[in-house]
Amino acid sequence: MGGGLAAIEQAMKVIAIEERPRRATWSWRFMRDRAEVLGPILLAPATLYILLLVAVPFLLAVYYALSAYTIYNPSYRFVGLSNFISVIQDDTFQQTLVNTFVFTLASLLIGLVLGKFGALLLLRPFPGRRIVRALIILPWAVPVALATVAWQWMFDSLYSVINWTMIALGLLTRADAPNWLGQPHLAMLCIVIVNAWRFFPFSIVIFLAGITAVPQDVLDAATVDGAGFWRRNYQIILPMIAPIVVVGLIFGVVFTFTDLSIVYLMTNGGPVNSTQVLGNLGFLIGITDGDVAHGAAISLFMFPVLLALVIVMLRSIRRHEI
Amino acid sequence: MGAVAAVNIRKTFGDVDAVSGISLTVHDGEFMVLLGPSGCGKTTFLRIIAGLERQTGGDIEINGHVVNDLPPRARGIAMVFQSYGLYPHFTIRNNIAFPLRTQHTERAEILRKVTWAAQLLSIEHLLDRKPRQLSGGERQRVALARALVRDPSVFLLDEPLSNLDAKLRTSARNEIKQFQQRVATTTIYVTHDQVEAMGMGDRIAVIDHGKIRQVGTPAEIYDDPADRFVATFVGTPPMNLIGWNGGQLGFRPEHFLPKSMVNGGDATQFSFRVDRMEYLGAERIVYGAINGSESAQAVTAKLPLAHVPPGSIHPGEWNDFAVRNAALCYFDSDGRRARRH
Repeated sequence: MGGGLAAIEQAMKVIAIEERPRRATWSWRFMRDRAEVLGPILLAPATLYILLLVAVPFLLAVYYALSAYTIYNPSYRFVGLSNFISVIQDDTFQQTLVNTFVFTLASLLIGLVLGKFGALLLLRPFPGRRIVRALIILPWAVPVALATVAWQWMFDSLYSVINWTMIALGLLTRADAPNWLGQPHLAMLCIVIVNAWRFFPFSIVIFLAGITAVPQDVLDAATVDGAGFWRRNYQIILPMIAPIVVVGLIFGVVFTFTDLSIVYLMTNGGPVNSTQVLGNLGFLIGITDGDVAHGAAISLFMFPVLLALVIVMLRSIRRHEI
Repeated sequence: MGAVAAVNIRKTFGDVDAVSGISLTVHDGEFMVLLGPSGCGKTTFLRIIAGLERQTGGDIEINGHVVNDLPPRARGIAMVFQSYGLYPHFTIRNNIAFPLRTQHTERAEILRKVTWAAQLLSIEHLLDRKPRQLSGGERQRVALARALVRDPSVFLLDEPLSNLDAKLRTSARNEIKQFQQRVATTTIYVTHDQVEAMGMGDRIAVIDHGKIRQVGTPAEIYDDPADRFVATFVGTPPMNLIGWNGGQLGFRPEHFLPKSMVNGGDATQFSFRVDRMEYLGAERIVYGAINGSESAQAVTAKLPLAHVPPGSIHPGEWNDFAVRNAALCYFDSDGRRARRH
């Protein structure tokens, strides 16, 4: 019996050496161990997703922007860069570009500052901290349409609870109560406030993650070395968590710069385009007005701006990498 | 200059007693080691001295002043942490300069101090690097340099060698000891490693469960342990303990020798069954059991190879071993040292 087995084993060895195809089928079992096979398979869904839902629409936008395509005349006629030139020369577009920067930078700055202090407060132990930590995520989790409509009522010219409160406190009279969404600068302030309110929970989460990752030894060393609250925060903690914060900031910039929901729902760009942003303008001209070519050209303006911003930020991370 | 006194220090975290009444005096210029197993409260005690934790009760005195209400920076202490706590985004130069910057020291003085400390610890060539570019031993020296520039009256070191590999640890141990002798600054050193404690400490405080079990020179701790915990915690292999008249009888493995080698003075004889032997180069560790009043009890013997030739002892055999009476320790049933023989 033992002799028979040995003979079979010997025969198998001979077969294994002589028949190369057998080896190939055998290797299927170890496919999961081979990075060069497994890698492309695992990457395929994401690649497909990006190709179909990012690359194709992007190329389509480039195609439209270089044509005279409208929904009334849906034919392709190559017009070169003339769409871009006419868009740049448009006063409304120029104001929109400025508005977009103001909207993005102001709301992110407010969101970051609130996030930093919110994170510091949430790091301190206090009763009910877990509930507060959960609730603080709400502005971010609530559907933007719902939240914006609520804010719209708070800024309403007649029913504003903000005005009502200030009048009740005697800070204002009914006559000089501000018309929040009716005056250009106040309207911009309103959309900045709403976006900052939406962004700051995300910012808190980013700062919390960063600050808790700073080793206790480093913080203790700074304390022993004589660093007070401000020095510890701005010379030790902030530089150490900068890479994490910058990544969060990139997300914030990209989402805010391209956002149209808050503006569309609250002011629709008004009054007189004072809160118009690129996303909303592109939507108005390209979809509502049906001038697809100009709409696409406006939307494509975001691309080089965002690309440059992201490159600058990623480079600064690499330089400060610790 | 830098004497530290702790008076009945207690610290509780919720229901847990981390430190339960430690009183300890460290003399000026002394190298005091706090030795104990992990979780015994030694690090908490050190952090209380530093001011990083607030004690639940008791007083800390530095230079004769009660410093309970002073923040760490005002206590005249410097601390080296287990993972060094270097600032990863600063160069080594700025790491060392940081404690001076917080004191608003003049630029020229900062430069002078940093250069001086870097030379003392031979890290001048590393000054422009970042901590992540340094090896563990180099980081540890940077941490020492950063502690040094403040001219502290007390150094607090929290297991500074535990992140180094075994070989580096030996040389770093020497360096720290030499460095401390040169600057002659009072030092409190926390470790769970008895070799570090024995090799470096002028005195050792053995701590267990938040209490000091014994304070003494390394020789006192080793030769004259105050209780069973100290006896078994210090020494490798640990002290042998065998049941004896309701209490326990202890003796060090190196005192447990073949009867023929124990001559002069009174000795107690045991019948020792060898189970297993380990060859460790200069010595052999022999594991076995002795025939006592109770059933056979496991003991170890450490035999110097030069005096006990390899062929003289075989596993499975009973041998006559003995311990000089002067080397015997008696512990009562509570583990306390008893003087009766």
